[in-house]
Amino acid sequence: MVASCFLRKCLTALAGLLLLSFGSLAASQIEDQTEQFFRSGHTNNWAVLVCTSRFWFNYRHVANTLSVYRSVKRLGIPDSHIVLMLADDMACNPRNPKPATVFSHKNMELNVYGDDVEVDYRSYEVTVENFLRVLTGRIPPSTPRSKRLLSDDRSNILIYMTGHGGNGFLKFQDSEEITNIELADAFEQMWQKRRYNELLFIIDTCQGASMYERFYSPNIMALASSQVGEDSLSHQPDPAIGVHLMDRYTFYVLEFLEEINPASQTNMNDLFQVCPKSLCVSTPGHRTDLFQRDPKNVLITDFFGSVRKVEITTETIRLQPDLGNMESRYKKEWMDEELMEPLKYAEQLPVAQIIHQKLAFTILFRISFSTPVVLGSSMRA
Amino acid sequence: MPWLRGPRKPSSCLPTPDIRTCHCQQPPCSAVFLPTALFIPSLVLQIGAFSLPPASSQRSPLLCSRVVYTSCHFPWRPLSGPPEYQFRSAHARRRVGLRERKCVRARRFPSGRREAPVPGAAAGRGSAVPEPPLPAMGLLSDPVRRRALARLVLRLNAPLCVLSYVAGIAWFLALAFPPLTQRTYMSENAMGSTMVEEQFAGGERARGFARDFAAHRRKTGALPVAWLERTMRSVGLEVYTQSFSRKLPFPDETRERYMVAGTNVYGILRAPRAASTESLVLTVPCGPDSANSQAVGLLLALAAHFRGQIYWAKDIIFLVTEQDLLGTEAWLEAYHDTNVTGMQSSPLQGRAGAIQAALALELSSDVVTSLDVAVEGLNGQLPNLDLLNLFQTFCQKGGLLCTLQGKLQPQDWTSVDGPLQGLQTLLLMTLQQASGRPHGAHGLFLRYRVEALTIRGINSFRQYKYDLVAVGKALEGMFRKLNHLLERLHQSFFFYVLPALSRFVSIGLYMPAAGFLLLVLGLKALELWMQLHEAGAGPQEAGGASGPGPPLPPAQSVGLASLVAPLLISQAMGLALYVLPVLGQHVATQHFPVAEAEAVVLTLLAIYAAGLALPHSTHRVMSAQAPDRGWMALKLVALIYLALQLACVALTNFSLGFLLAATMVPAAALTHPCGPRPLYAALLVLTSPAATLLGCLFLWRELQEAPLSLAEGWQLFLAALAQGVLDHHTYGALLFPLLALGLYPCWLLFWNVLFWK
Repeated sequence: MVASCFLRKCLTALAGLLLLSFGSLAASQIEDQTEQFFRSGHTNNWAVLVCTSRFWFNYRHVANTLSVYRSVKRLGIPDSHIVLMLADDMACNPRNPKPATVFSHKNMELNVYGDDVEVDYRSYEVTVENFLRVLTGRIPPSTPRSKRLLSDDRSNILIYMTGHGGNGFLKFQDSEEITNIELADAFEQMWQKRRYNELLFIIDTCQGASMYERFYSPNIMALASSQVGEDSLSHQPDPAIGVHLMDRYTFYVLEFLEEINPASQTNMNDLFQVCPKSLCVSTPGHRTDLFQRDPKNVLITDFFGSVRKVEITTETIRLQPDLGNMESRYKKEWMDEELMEPLKYAEQLPVAQIIHQKLAFTILFRISFSTPVVLGSSMRA
Repeated sequence: MPWLRGPRKPSSCLPTPDIRTCHCQQPPCSAVFLPTALFIPSLVLQIGAFSLPPASSQRSPLLCSRVVYTSCHFPWRPLSGPPEYQFRSAHARRRVGLRERKCVRARRFPSGRREAPVPGAAAGRGSAVPEPPLPAMGLLSDPVRRRALARLVLRLNAPLCVLSYVAGIAWFLALAFPPLTQRTYMSENAMGSTMVEEQFAGGERARGFARDFAAHRRKTGALPVAWLERTMRSVGLEVYTQSFSRKLPFPDETRERYMVAGTNVYGILRAPRAASTESLVLTVPCGPDSANSQAVGLLLALAAHFRGQIYWAKDIIFLVTEQDLLGTEAWLEAYHDTNVTGMQSSPLQGRAGAIQAALALELSSDVVTSLDVAVEGLNGQLPNLDLLNLFQTFCQKGGLLCTLQGKLQPQDWTSVDGPLQGLQTLLLMTLQQASGRPHGAHGLFLRYRVEALTIRGINSFRQYKYDLVAVGKALEGMFRKLNHLLERLHQSFFFYVLPALSRFVSIGLYMPAAGFLLLVLGLKALELWMQLHEAGAGPQEAGGASGPGPPLPPAQSVGLASLVAPLLISQAMGLALYVLPVLGQHVATQHFPVAEAEAVVLTLLAIYAAGLALPHSTHRVMSAQAPDRGWMALKLVALIYLALQLACVALTNFSLGFLLAATMVPAAALTHPCGPRPLYAALLVLTSPAATLLGCLFLWRELQEAPLSLAEGWQLFLAALAQGVLDHHTYGALLFPLLALGLYPCWLLFWNVLFWK
């Protein structure tokens, strides 16, 4: 009895020891997971999807945009967080032999128009002015919420554009165009107005790389279907419908996105490889120098989905204490500074300096866990 | 002619006290007054006029003042010379208007600066620096150099003329060769490729319709309107009819019709999901001599097939016209609510928006070996090149054999054979376009700026034949692509010539050919202008009776009056040629044993020939003075008149302009009252418009490899004359009035020059 009792004690002790050792192992794993959990730093996702071409023979541009729309919606971004701009209505075009459809694949394999499409800006509402106003939030108060980009500094925004472009511009409708400088300035304004956390810009147009080469705001990753001097080419000619259904680049992006599900761990590096020159004919380009994170740590779903992260754990997780300290310390410092210096508007130029300051703050923010609203509003000083 | 002189507003002289500004704005006041706005002659004349001042500046002041005065009287007397010479006499100053006097006052300041009227203004500009001596008359270029240029042009005139003419002809012949011909390409985005699926399979149905149509047609002896209506309704079209009638100005002998009446039947296929604002037309002209049954059958079968499709964005009108082009004309006029030819027709009950494009179909056999396409329309108008490109791409897609002017297109453009074959096609097109006749029912649509083509099925002895399905598929594809159009066809060329179906020459490349030919006229005019000037070195007044000037030597120059007579008489002759044949046909038939049509043609020829006797009559009314200057002046006017007309014609209908220029220019340049008159006369007669027409007929048949004998040629010539007059009255073709009212009188002027006494 005694012996058995002893044995049991021994066993318990052993088990405890084992548990302990496992526990410490598990704890380090959990810490890693926690780090992963908070890695992206965004709390909400937005998408601005723009097709700038009208006319029946530009069917493919509408199909491009709708295919991205389909993917982001499938991966969880709701219509309220998608601003969809379509310059023409292909589904109801009288020339469409299959009314109320927009196909992305030959032989009617995939209807990207789907069952419900909420087009926020349609036909002649798709203008450079409206686009820039949506991005920068400079919108008349009467504008309905569905037509606004109500993002904040925790938003990851996907901006997808397609249309006819040239070196340094993208044509809107048949009458105007947006230049790469205008676009870069709009993004800078978004940054300054704290309208995004990270931004993924994708453009499928001729000489698409020219559109992102002027960006200078931080946290932007950009992809384009073709280099400067190259044309973007169409794909999927369909004699029954009588037009090309898609552009090559977006076609392969769509094929890629169709494989993604909310739990996918596919990262941006995979997206960069999606359309090699052998398939695209043009050379897709990407730019990551403004982006803070390594693309291989950036999940596709960080931009293409609205993924609520859920990790089920039985463990108690002790957050690093110094993080909380840091926050309070930082907060105190800041308050002191604020008290000492009178409030004033930020210098508009030089921009680089501002970016630098902001960068420092953002990094601090990432480390902290709370979203200090008070602090956020006083950051502009 | 002030607009030849750049900015020369007299008002600019008036308010400004700034001497220099005003001075510089005033070129030498040589009032060139020539009735032309043509660029080449005007340019040439400008050179001529600018060469004058030094010559006239050597004249005595007195004479120059006369010049001022007589300038109102005689057209090309230059008002030139330094300002202090001009307007010196009180008399002249009284005579010239306020405008000139103001100019003179302002301009005299540099010579007499002491009398500057508003010194304050000059001082206000703070120009304390004395102005540099101004060049005489404020000429912007060196008179010496200009005179040298003028002398050069004068001395080398003959070689330059020959060179220019040869260059023009050579340029035209070179149009068929690759650096000048280019491949056609589709410019319209909306029709970018042939990527549509043709599903038409109603060949059997089309043949059935064609058989029924032919049977009903035989039974009724005219267009079976009721059957057509019924059939169109049964395939699901909205059917309407339109009746029309027209009395021709005189009986049409070739088609044997005079009082024409008929009924057009048309059915509209409404676009299921679009507003009826735009439409396309498929038309089949049925006439007494062209059965076109298979075309009607194919039209009906296509209508039935199109009715089953839901992708139409434009209404499609299926139109069957009676009395071939007359029916088309009646329908078009009613559709566009105009009446340009005096056609009586009932208004259209159904409409379908603006017509974007039209295809006319002519088929008279169940199988075809090739499709021929006709582009030349009324007055040489052409459809937008994109429509032809569309036809050509569908020919290629369907593997159809397609021809232009009945000629296959050469495959090899690198060797000489290909372009030579292209040259034949080009010449055929030139002749066809120059005739100004609609080369099919499509030709009438072009007047309303509806792009249109005629497609003809040819059934020859070739082995390989296509059935109606192949033709129907090509048409279906074209209609489907046209359905994709978003705007009117406008991206591609409207002015072109075609050496082959897939090659074209654009207006920028072919115009130099006509330009070189017209340059000959300009050079000749320049030479005459200078000779006239030298001959009139002692300028006098023509009248000599006006003004209290000193008595003048007998006038050497010719007043306007002496030119008015030949001009008016030849113009009247042209008017008679235009009006009398049709007007006087009944008188002629009463007095001579001829039919109306013959009467018209013979009257035409008679009046034409009567014009040759003109010099005898014109000389009676002309003063006998200055014979030498007289013919020079007349020839100068005639040259400029001809150049003006040919340039205008060449711009709108290059083929006609070029053909007329190529024939008329050498004779016009050579004509001279002294020298071998019979030779010149023969040359002039051979290059008169009528002879050109005759020659063109022979050339045309020669190129079609069906040469004419002389008698046949003459018969064809007479028929062509009658057709030309008829086309003018029934469709509004402009060739006849152009020749009668424009070129024939002009040619008569040269005839006058030749027989100048």
